[in-house]
Amino acid sequence: MQKQTWGYVVDRFGKSDLRGGATTEPLWFCTIGFHDGKCGMKSWGRRKMRIFSRALVTACLLCSSTLGWAQSRKSAPELIVAAAADLSTALREIAHDYEKKTGASVKLAFGASGSLTQQIQNGAPFDLFFSADMDYPRQLIAAGYADGASLYQYAVGKLVLWVPADSALDVEHKGMNVLLDPSVKKIAIANPQHAPYGRAAVAAMKHAGLFDRVSDRLVLGENVSQAAQFVESGNAQAGFVALAHALAPEMRGKGKYWEIPAEAYPSLAQGVVVLSHSQRKKEAAAFAEYIRTKEAVDVLRKYGFAVP
Amino acid sequence: MTLDWQAFWLTLQLAVAVSAVLLVLGLPIAYWIAFSGWRWKFLVEAVVALPIVLPPTVLGFYVLLALGPRSPLGRWWISLTGHTLAFTFSGLVIGSILYSLPFAVQPFAASFAGVNRKLIAASATLGASPLRTFFCVTVPLSVHGLITGMALSFAHTMGEFGVVLMVGGNIPGVTRTVSIDIYDRVQASDYAGANGTSLLLLAFCFVVLAIVYGLNRKAWAIGPAK
Repeated sequence: MQKQTWGYVVDRFGKSDLRGGATTEPLWFCTIGFHDGKCGMKSWGRRKMRIFSRALVTACLLCSSTLGWAQSRKSAPELIVAAAADLSTALREIAHDYEKKTGASVKLAFGASGSLTQQIQNGAPFDLFFSADMDYPRQLIAAGYADGASLYQYAVGKLVLWVPADSALDVEHKGMNVLLDPSVKKIAIANPQHAPYGRAAVAAMKHAGLFDRVSDRLVLGENVSQAAQFVESGNAQAGFVALAHALAPEMRGKGKYWEIPAEAYPSLAQGVVVLSHSQRKKEAAAFAEYIRTKEAVDVLRKYGFAVP
Repeated sequence: MTLDWQAFWLTLQLAVAVSAVLLVLGLPIAYWIAFSGWRWKFLVEAVVALPIVLPPTVLGFYVLLALGPRSPLGRWWISLTGHTLAFTFSGLVIGSILYSLPFAVQPFAASFAGVNRKLIAASATLGASPLRTFFCVTVPLSVHGLITGMALSFAHTMGEFGVVLMVGGNIPGVTRTVSIDIYDRVQASDYAGANGTSLLLLAFCFVVLAIVYGLNRKAWAIGPAK
């Protein structure tokens, strides 16, 4: 008889008694998990229930105290900033400096400029929007979601072609021609539909006359950061990313890159705008002002942005 | 408003492939979970249930990095197939299998565990091997659970988004599934297209699930009604 199909009843004198027939059915359910037959049903069943109920009560207490603690943290006022993915390193540093200087609290949300524009148009609670181009902020101003007077071009982004350090491709000398190499199976770009860097990458490839030959090898990242991640992890052999990514601590030294000449793609003039629905317009304007100061401009230039 | 039928067909292929593989893969795992007496079985059950709890981005992250070209497993895969796991249909299938595993295995295991043990014991006493008992006694009696598990994994894969977003690369005809297509349309402000595609997906999945659950009703049971 298979040991695991029957429950054993051990009475208090330690004798075991195999029971068959209908009486075993409920016993079997009670001994779930103890099929080796060594344990008596009654004492184990009750002990299991006690342990389980105590664990449940403890878990509930832990959860409620954690939730209470999390709620209390939300009461401090803070600026919520939507920023294009290429700013992920530069803006973090700038925001950190700003917080230290003024004591204000700045929360950053990164994404593709097009995605963020969509979210803002559908009521996302951002106060300030740093786009990777000027068109998305203008779109928001025209639709009434942003203050036209606050539009300011804070930097000009640069597009580069990046390959991992262990790649045999000589991108620093051959530039975009490395894309024709047979070892390049996948080329990562940001999705041109909603990321300015993606559109710039497509324009650059068309300008070089390569687009038709490599378009079947493109993989699209949600935003330029995801494109950078595709190529940095080695899953794509080459990628069009922001210079800011190439100079970021995570990627610097891990790859070689070639700066795409500025005439090959429409200029990535990047604009910042204060959003109409913001409850903290004064603080948002103050942070936008800070971007024009020398300290912030130095950080932007450090990460490869051109600041006029 | 043009609908992307290619994305729809691709998603259908993905869902069918994943459900079929999970049927083959899930049966032995579920059998072991239902019938094993190992005292550390709960650890395996927890591992099987993990994809329910973890966000699909975790799986996507691991496929991208831990199974990427820099890792030993990734390099082995490339030597076997000539390309990376990411950005391919097979990569999506594998990611989706892991992601939908508990949705197949748990209904299977529950239905096996619910089979009357006396029947299994009787089959054994009549001389059937455990394997024959499994296929001739246990499986026909657990058809409800098997159909439920397959339906759940099919539906879950049709709606797959997180893993595809992380490792798909959005390649039309290869990894651009319906969920990615809807997301892209929303991003591009093509709300009419997004709405049309969403309604189509909704209607299709509803019809499929209604048929499956309708066939699964006890009144139409293939095995003996309990």
